[in-house]
Amino acid sequence: MTTLTGALMAEADTPAGERVLEVRDLRMRYGATDVLDGVTFSARRGEVIALLGPNGAGKTTTIEILEGFRRRSAGEVRVLGVDPVAGGERWRARLGVVLQSWRDHGKWKVRELLHHLGRYYADYSTPRLPRPWPVDDLLDVVGLTEHAQKRISRLSGGQRRRLDVAIGIVGRPELLFLDEPTVGFDPAARREFHDLVHRLTDVDDTTVLLTTHDLDEAEKLADRILILAGGRIIAAGSADELSRRVEGESEVRWTQGGARHVHSSADATRFVRELFTQYGDGITDLEVRRTSLEDTYMTLVRESEAGRATTAAVAFEEAS
Amino acid sequence: MSSIGTITRAGFARGGIELRQAFTTGADLWTNLFPAVIFAVVIFFMRDATVDGTGISLGARTLPSVFGMSLAFSGLLMVATILVTDREDGTLLRAKAVPHGMSSYLVSKIVLVGGMTAAGFVLQLVPGLFIVEGLHMDAGSWLTLLWLVPLGFVATMPIGAVLGSIIDNPRNLGLITMPIIGVVAISGIFTPIGSIPGWLQGVAQVFPIYWLGLGMRSAFLPDALTAVEMGDSWRHLETFGVLTLWAIAGLVLAPVILRRMARRESGSAVAARREKALQRTA
Repeated sequence: MTTLTGALMAEADTPAGERVLEVRDLRMRYGATDVLDGVTFSARRGEVIALLGPNGAGKTTTIEILEGFRRRSAGEVRVLGVDPVAGGERWRARLGVVLQSWRDHGKWKVRELLHHLGRYYADYSTPRLPRPWPVDDLLDVVGLTEHAQKRISRLSGGQRRRLDVAIGIVGRPELLFLDEPTVGFDPAARREFHDLVHRLTDVDDTTVLLTTHDLDEAEKLADRILILAGGRIIAAGSADELSRRVEGESEVRWTQGGARHVHSSADATRFVRELFTQYGDGITDLEVRRTSLEDTYMTLVRESEAGRATTAAVAFEEAS
Repeated sequence: MSSIGTITRAGFARGGIELRQAFTTGADLWTNLFPAVIFAVVIFFMRDATVDGTGISLGARTLPSVFGMSLAFSGLLMVATILVTDREDGTLLRAKAVPHGMSSYLVSKIVLVGGMTAAGFVLQLVPGLFIVEGLHMDAGSWLTLLWLVPLGFVATMPIGAVLGSIIDNPRNLGLITMPIIGVVAISGIFTPIGSIPGWLQGVAQVFPIYWLGLGMRSAFLPDALTAVEMGDSWRHLETFGVLTLWAIAGLVLAPVILRRMARRESGSAVAARREKALQRTA
């Protein structure tokens, strides 16, 4: 069952050479608990993928396995064509990593640290991707130019996070991991960060894998959203595709004869057609709202949890 | 650039920057200078006392012993502390995320600890020269320092790294500080080892601190002072032997334990420690 769904979700149409990430039937087990229970997906160059899911769904575990920071229990993983467990320094140089929380290098100055960390990438510079990213440009891109001489411990939460992102991209990575990148950002900073990600994927063709709780962010940034729940990918696709997958009810609002009406319908198009057939010009201020990503997400996660409960119940009955 | 070149250059650059930070940050400066100041005061009060049964200045005898102890402190405690704190705040994980980051991290720590220890020596030696009389240095002294100091670092730093890998929480650093201070107390640093019971003398001679103190005394004091040492000799051969054994033990143990510790470092491990740290302050 798991493998079947997994196989269906594998992007078989992506040519092998273009695949930056390939994960097949990834499993992670701590003691008797399966944190990841057969995760399968792939990403091609320049794609932005968002891993969405409730706390404890296995998002961070997945990303840490791909970063080479954690050993998997089973499954096949290729990151830039290399198994992360065997990834060497050259492989490491092509990755950018932004973790959830970092308090390191508090005594360093912003510019000093970026300059220092950039040095490590100079050996891996290529004509297509000159490494590292020049510090002044980088400071400008993440909006830290005026804080360049500040001690890192004196940065605000949002500034610190932007520095983390700057460190993540100082080596001009081909693949960037972002674990909850915008936690603690105000709306303006969030907008700027989204622009930065777009810039990275458009200009440098960087592939991005990000985890987030923020559905709005996933919708804005990601080409593809993977919803992870209970250690499995329960749905994958663009925000649009996901909304269509769930047979949600759309909400139709209109004004007729001076009164405001609201109606929920599984087939909004048909309902509106009938509405016009019946009342014609009498209808004004028509609004149709498709199930939002949030509704879709909630439905999918709920279904998955209910499904697991049923399986558990069956297993229990069979056992007893 | 070759990778060895990058590792060395980046490691020295990092070590240099961190050394500068250590000497330009108020709190760090105080932490690092404080012991030197304390010992200068101690030696000042000892300047007129003599070692029991001899006419030799107690201060002159203590100063080189303190050098030996400081070297052991740097190699064991400073290394362990750095490792525990760098692990807690994510510095080590950052090094892991960068190509060749771990190797240059290691180089930078050797530069940092070496630099701090050298600075500590100067801070103790210069006032010491004015306070106490009876220090004696010749070509042989330099020769002794030439093998003793590097060997002392190799004997203590890997062990310090092992201790730092085992301890997960900066709060538990006391678990290693206390025993080390205990060993100092029986290692003949402030009083000749002859004044403690025989079995304790045996225990003291297992650890590197006694031998580092002895080695330093052999470099800075006239040979006549062997009279208050065990076996009436500087026992260079034994010093070399014991320190080499510690070095071998450390060099065998440290890579295994460091690798295991580094492998376990991940974003969630750092986040979990941060969580704990926040709970403590709340």
